[in-house]
Formats: sequence, C-alpha cells, structure tokens
Amino acid sequence: MKHTISLGLSLGVLWWVLSGFAKPLLLALGVFSVLFTLWLARRMDAIDHESHPIHMSFGLLRFWARLVVEIVISNLQVLGAILSPRADAIQPHFLRVRMRQTSDLGKVILANSITLTPGTVSIALTGDELLVHALTQASGQAVRDGQLDLLVPSDVEEVQP
Amino acid sequence: MSISHALAVLLLSLGSGLLIVAGIGLLRFPHFYTRLHAAGVIDTLAAGLFLAGLAWWFGPTLGSVKLLLIFVFLLFTSPTACHALAATAWASGLREPAQNKE
Repeated sequence: MKHTISLGLSLGVLWWVLSGFAKPLLLALGVFSVLFTLWLARRMDAIDHESHPIHMSFGLLRFWARLVVEIVISNLQVLGAILSPRADAIQPHFLRVRMRQTSDLGKVILANSITLTPGTVSIALTGDELLVHALTQASGQAVRDGQLDLLVPSDVEEVQP
Repeated sequence: MSISHALAVLLLSLGSGLLIVAGIGLLRFPHFYTRLHAAGVIDTLAAGLFLAGLAWWFGPTLGSVKLLLIFVFLLFTSPTACHALAATAWASGLREPAQNKE
C-alpha cells in the first residue's frame, strides 16, 4: 500500500510537471489517468520494493551525488584517450570482478552504474560475478578497486513486502 | 547579451564540443566494445552539459523541470541500451581481437 501511494504521488507530480495545466476539467482527467495507471500497475502486480524502492530514497540520492563525480572524472579520462595522438592510449580488456552486493537490486544498481560510467561497460552478471569491459587500465582498475561497490547504499538489502 | 545568457551559451558550446569529440572517438576507436565507451560520453557529460545549458537559458520555469526529467530518464535508459548492445555482442561471440586478458 505504501508503494502504491508513493507511486500515485510521483505519477501525479509527473503528470502536472509535463502538462502544466490548472483547469479543473483537465486536472480531473489527470487524476483519473493517475488512478487508472495505479489500478493497472496493481493488477499487473508491478508495484513492489524493486520497481519502486522508497525505503532507500535518501541513500540513493547520496549515491547519485557520488556517482556524478565518478562519471565526470571518467568522462575526462575517456576524452583524453580519444584526443591522445598515441596509439597505446587505450588498453581495452575484459575483466571479472566479485561484487559485495548480495541483493538483486544492489547488483543491478552497481552494474548499471558501471555501464553509465564511460570507460567501463558491464556485460554479464552471473551469481556475484560481473563481467566488465574496460577501455583503459585505469578504468579497469577503478572497477577492480570496487569504489562504486562500496558506495551503493547498504539499506538496499532491507526488503519490505 | 547578459552574463546569465553567456553562461548558457558556454554550457551549450561545451556540450556541443564534447559531442564532436565523442563523435571523433566513435570513428577513431577500433572495434565494437571500445566504441561503446565513446558513446558513453555522449549519454552522460555531453547530454548533461547541453540540457543544463538549455535549462539555464529558460530559467526557473516548468520547461527547465522537463529538461531535468529528460536527463534523469536518459540516465536510466542509456546504460540499459548500452548493456543490451554489449551483452548481445558477447553472447554472439565477439571478443577483443588483440589482447584478451583474463
């Protein structure tokens, strides 16, 4: 129920931001479409802690702030590699890393963050091992060090039915 | 032109510049996997700077919130697309030609 209310609120805000309408008729139509979407989502059983992780909102915000810093740094590295005249500016390679994450959600957040960071792309996830392709030794080392792995909010494991 | 508009122009020019450099990377890098990394620059920093420039131009309006939403959706969808490409390439047997470490 908590997730349904939270989803309804975010859908309502999204509807209003995207439309910008304030006329009663249009607002009523907006409320109707939000309720219809909620009904559909409940019927599909698509509302749970994975599709709508409210229990970790604040941890996620902190994680995203750190992720933005990582993304900017690795962007500069990749841009340097692109513009470097040397042929050995890139050392593309595959690597396997063991993740500290135990929950499915944590693993997906980490894999997606690694893909989002330029210079590293996560390819396959089996058990607690992640197959990554790295552009340079430095970007591969960053994944091996597991900086992002440590940053993923730990309350991700707290699962509420 | 006011200072505020100059900042917007600066952000837009930086974003456009990064788009060009990433395009060069797409052409320069060898093989499929390395090119994915160049495309990653477009999805994150270039798009971010560009949308930030547009949002700054419009000021605190509903339009800026929409631009922010576009960026947020981009941050969720672009790694998904990127991963789908990489996973498909891996599944169909594409490997790094020269050095195959580990």
